[in-house]
Amino acid sequence: MNTMLQAARVGIATLSFEAVSFEHRGQPLLAEVSLRLEGCRRTLVLGPNGAGKSLLMRLAHGLLTPSRGQVRWDGPPTRQAMVFQRPVLLKRSARDNLLHALAVKGTPWRLRRLLADGALAHFGLADLARRPARVLSGGEQQRLALARAWLLAPDMLFLDEPTAALDPAAIRAVEAAVDDFHRAGTRILMSTHDLHQARRLADEVIFLCGGRLLERTPAERFFSAPATPEAAAFLRGELIG
Amino acid sequence: MPQHDSALATALALILERDPTLLGIVGLSLQVSLSAVMIAALVALPLGAALALWRFPGRGVLVVALNALMGLPPVVAGLAVYLLLSRAGPLGELGLLFTPGAMVVAQVMLVVPIIAALTRQQVEELHHEYHEQLRSLGLSRARMIPTLLWDARVGLLTVVLAGFGRASAEVGAVMIVGGNIDGVTRVMTTAIVLETSKGNLPLALGLGIVLLGLVALVNAAAHLLGETARRRLG
Repeated sequence: MNTMLQAARVGIATLSFEAVSFEHRGQPLLAEVSLRLEGCRRTLVLGPNGAGKSLLMRLAHGLLTPSRGQVRWDGPPTRQAMVFQRPVLLKRSARDNLLHALAVKGTPWRLRRLLADGALAHFGLADLARRPARVLSGGEQQRLALARAWLLAPDMLFLDEPTAALDPAAIRAVEAAVDDFHRAGTRILMSTHDLHQARRLADEVIFLCGGRLLERTPAERFFSAPATPEAAAFLRGELIG
Repeated sequence: MPQHDSALATALALILERDPTLLGIVGLSLQVSLSAVMIAALVALPLGAALALWRFPGRGVLVVALNALMGLPPVVAGLAVYLLLSRAGPLGELGLLFTPGAMVVAQVMLVVPIIAALTRQQVEELHHEYHEQLRSLGLSRARMIPTLLWDARVGLLTVVLAGFGRASAEVGAVMIVGGNIDGVTRVMTTAIVLETSKGNLPLALGLGIVLLGLVALVNAAAHLLGETARRRLG
């Protein structure tokens, strides 16, 4: 009931996976995943390497098409954005990267500079506006990728292991940004390797293993009493999958 | 060898004194080749990018054909343009044959395949790295073309200069469609051929030196720009 109210208030389209499978060269990588995401919660995708976490995100975001089953959006059109593990930035200045995203979005050009500089300041990049994006540090690049996503004002944000290659300070910045998006009413689907991070951020957890969705549980219950033996083993740090 | 030594001395004198004949020929060469490269780039950069982004039946054949055309013999290109522009040809009414315009057309034919084929390679590589991010940002394929061309700009500059090298160095095509008419269609390469056969070595050598210097200059500039950009843009 609570979820329904939230969905109605925020008005973000429901994302459903209906028996979605994905194969690559005959190899099943994701099998029969069914799932509904509503409202603007923070859903963390956990699981061992090769569980299909990245695949799940790319299918949801529409970068890949399922081999079987379908991914559906029900409701008003959704603005989406994705932040990748290794940010892909254009060979331009930090500011020009943001201006490009705004141009693609169709923002009137008079507003672009103002919005871009606002986002740079918000993510602590104001001094780096004119620096070529590709020579920024890993943490700065990821913050720039987040600033770019921020400017798209997404209803739903996908983050694929956004902190995997970052140092603790940069990780904190990314997590703060995720909180910002959450407060702004963005639904979040994020994968991570880091269980501590998952504890800090998750409202609920999706647990994948071997291309199957084994569990979807509110965060508190997942970490205290996981329903499946695989998830319990994963939480104990054992090698599974 | 003394005769050649004096030829070299006279050649250098011609260059240093800015001999009007020599300057006229150099000027026309630059005008024709620069126009050809500019027109070719306007056509071939988007064409190459489009070929990198779209998949359609027959694409493989087109890519192979384009790569093969990079080695199109200039005389063959010249002959094709000659047939096209001669009085009886389909475009004969334009009266372009034996004008600098015809030479531009012939050089465009030589340069378009080079720029298009190399642009396709570079854009395809870049697209491989960018495609998920660009699709995530909501770019259509057509909208990706300017984005990718701009981000490949350092490499593409070298590509365009390679096109300029080919245009300014070829003889066969401009000889056939231009006719090497003194003061009208005589460019560096055709003049070198003519003056050498006449035994006027100083002018031939002088033109040769200018041509060589020009190509060296263009390549040095490309190298310098490329290095600086790579360092600055990462």
